[in-house]
Amino acid sequence: MLSYLIKRVLWMIPLLIGISLISFFIMHLAPGDITNNEASFNPKTSEESRQKLRELYNLDKPVIVQYGLWMKRMATFDFGNSFASHHKPVFWQTTDKDGNVTKGMIQEALPITLIINALGLIITLALAVPVGIIAARKYGLWQDKSITLFNFIGFSIPGFWLSLLLMYWLGVVNNWFPISGLHSLNYETLGNWDKLKDSLSHLFLPVIIPSVTGLAGITLFVKNGMLDVFHQDYITTARAKGLSEHKVVYTHALRNALLPLITIVGLSIPGLIGGSVIAETIFAIPGMGKLFYDAVMMRDFPVIMGILTIGSALTLIGNLVADIAYAWADPRVRRGVVRD
Amino acid sequence: MIKFAFLNNKLLNRNAKASGVILFLLLLCNCSKPAQDLTDYTKTYPSQSGGTMIDAMTGEPSGLISMIAGESASSAISGNIFNKLLKYNKNLDLEGELAESWQVSDDQKTITFKLKPNLKWADGKPLTSADVLWTWHAVIDEKTGSPYASDYQLVKKAEAPDPLTFSVTYEQAYAPALDSWAGLQVLPEHLLKGQDLHTTAFARNPVGSHYYKLDNWTHGENIKLSRNPSSVLGQAKIDHLVSRIIPDSSAQFLELMAGNIDSMGLDPIKYARIIPARPELLQKLALYKELGNSYTYLGFNLKHKPFDDVRVRRAINYAIDKQEIIDGVYLGLGINIASPYKPGTRWSNPNLAPYPYDPNKAKALLKEAGFTDTNGDGILERDGKPFSFEILTNQNKEREKSAVLIQRRLKAVGIDVKIRAIEWASFISRFIKTGDFDVVVLGWSLGLDPDQYSIWHSSQQAPGQFNFIGYNNSIVDKLLEQGRLELNPDKRMKIYHEFARVLLDDSPIVFLSAGYGLTAIHKRVKGIDSPAPPAGLGWNSETWYIPEPLRRNEISAN
Repeated sequence: MLSYLIKRVLWMIPLLIGISLISFFIMHLAPGDITNNEASFNPKTSEESRQKLRELYNLDKPVIVQYGLWMKRMATFDFGNSFASHHKPVFWQTTDKDGNVTKGMIQEALPITLIINALGLIITLALAVPVGIIAARKYGLWQDKSITLFNFIGFSIPGFWLSLLLMYWLGVVNNWFPISGLHSLNYETLGNWDKLKDSLSHLFLPVIIPSVTGLAGITLFVKNGMLDVFHQDYITTARAKGLSEHKVVYTHALRNALLPLITIVGLSIPGLIGGSVIAETIFAIPGMGKLFYDAVMMRDFPVIMGILTIGSALTLIGNLVADIAYAWADPRVRRGVVRD
Repeated sequence: MIKFAFLNNKLLNRNAKASGVILFLLLLCNCSKPAQDLTDYTKTYPSQSGGTMIDAMTGEPSGLISMIAGESASSAISGNIFNKLLKYNKNLDLEGELAESWQVSDDQKTITFKLKPNLKWADGKPLTSADVLWTWHAVIDEKTGSPYASDYQLVKKAEAPDPLTFSVTYEQAYAPALDSWAGLQVLPEHLLKGQDLHTTAFARNPVGSHYYKLDNWTHGENIKLSRNPSSVLGQAKIDHLVSRIIPDSSAQFLELMAGNIDSMGLDPIKYARIIPARPELLQKLALYKELGNSYTYLGFNLKHKPFDDVRVRRAINYAIDKQEIIDGVYLGLGINIASPYKPGTRWSNPNLAPYPYDPNKAKALLKEAGFTDTNGDGILERDGKPFSFEILTNQNKEREKSAVLIQRRLKAVGIDVKIRAIEWASFISRFIKTGDFDVVVLGWSLGLDPDQYSIWHSSQQAPGQFNFIGYNNSIVDKLLEQGRLELNPDKRMKIYHEFARVLLDDSPIVFLSAGYGLTAIHKRVKGIDSPAPPAGLGWNSETWYIPEPLRRNEISAN
């Protein structure tokens, strides 16, 4: 098992290098660089100053040389500084000689996105599992049908449209929830309890909407898993033994039905750090999706590469964790891995 | 949502957890009843200090040193924090801001500014001509790499002989110089000396001298300014200015409807259709429109055939119905222009009229240029080749719509047009820089000085420079050179009037429209000039005020 783990971790290094190489070249395939943004199209600016900027950032060098420079920095885990945002560090904070701390861009954006997505995932799972079980137990009855209908609606509704409608209804017409942003303007003056309330009420819509629209897939997964398991012989055996229906469903069936869910959750770990551009734009949340989108539009290469590298590392880790969790949960898989 | 709640409650009831969830939701709700806003905002109140004004912007500034930041979000905030030597007054004439007076030498090469006495930075340190000199050194410094350096690099010698005097000498008379000194925000030497302007923490924690100082900047959320008690120009009326960063304009509009922000820029649909249709919004929002210093145009690549032929350019100008674009795309909120200057200002030639919509004249001109429909397919040909080209534009809804209207009008005179909209950075580097285009629909946002050397002079055609249409007219070149040397406003005006006349006649671009800048401001904000004077709505924003009865209660406690 241990040698398997070490092998998997070592494999990640060439994989990461390969991913970064491909990302770097694809990024440079898009025409334009930081000096082509809309603000630079101002007749008061000059081409010479833009050329100086390109030299400053080594953008005049061949792509392969730029990649070499980037790799050299990455070897010391230096993600570099943003071109566009006043040379802010891309990943983690730095302290200058006067003791001023400049926070890293990913450092600022990541916790926000992580909280929203983690809460969203928890809510989705907490709803999807019971709903899926009910749909499976009442298969073909009205409960199952209405759950299917609800899922179908949730799956087909565009998230941004639902967001705007709910912002209008809950924020403008009724003034029950804040419309956008993460905190009220007077946040600092509030007591701890009110701060928590303020934060949660700001998070309510951005968390609930993706949970509801994302519910459909996982509910269906749980339902189908349960239905599969219900037809297994050991369930028939359990029923024949005279076990209570509760015990059959929750002790015997559910545990097996939930196995595929581990894979799904594992695969959604990288998704946790990739915020949704649309949701973050609508709700004015300074998270990872917005950061990445803006970086792409500005051709802010260090930021793009920083996010891609961290994202791909997390994807690989997520896969690994999912595999390990699967092995831990399912003895059949565990034996297969060890033999490997 | 309702459906979801209903189902969910049903499920959870069985598990007796519903009460918990409902309690949770109730706690989150701000359960005060939405009181109907019955305040009468039309009542007049005497001017008084205090209050908070909240606006929204779509992007966050990268830093508040605008000579390197470059984006409009940065200068919008830093303009409240830093002073300049000169400023434009209500009627767009220059007057002193930090400078009490200025003098141009007889040979027109040296400008000497006298600073107002007892100027102070917000931290109490004196503001002197040494700060101005230091700022000039910073902006021309190679290491700063300011995109706006070129105007200041023309200064041959700058000196600060005493704390109140700052003088600059140019190689030769440079008429846009005064405008450039109305654009440079003066930075404090004592806080920035020896710092790298690109990384300094000052950019996120600036100390200025203007009406406001930075209170708090919450990354990605808002920037709060409060009144600077030692402001060099006296005191602004409003205590706090808050700019919330809300990237999506629909979300901004919802915040405006809910009364959480006081002002936002509008598009024509919101200005002309949505707000007027809702009495509850009209009751609390005042709408303003002002002409900006910008226009949209259709530009020809003059190096490509047949656009080198002035008859073809004029024909296309006659064939396009500009009023139709203004009515259809801008819902009437724009005007037809004949010169690249804001109508109603000194530099705009009042004797020029735009090309009228005249398809017959267009057809006649095209025929004269040798285009005829020989094969009867409705498209004109010359030398066996159909007259067909592609209009390129960036992904801007208004420009795309304009292009569609142009396409239809040109089809009517026998020209086949295709349209392509491209993402900005690709558009500039792949097409504009390489000159690989026939026709573009683009816009210019210009400064207040009439000098447009970088756009029209034949020497400015290298890749990356702004005369990318390849305009080359010796008369225009000469006028632009003269205009840069002439500091007398009346003589200068004649030069630019003549320049605009030649430009219109030559038709290297088709002026499509100058759209109004549209703004909604909550009626609680008083003292706003309407209609906006030439200098624009915000020219006297320091005297805007919010009467106490109209203030938001939760924030004025701040």
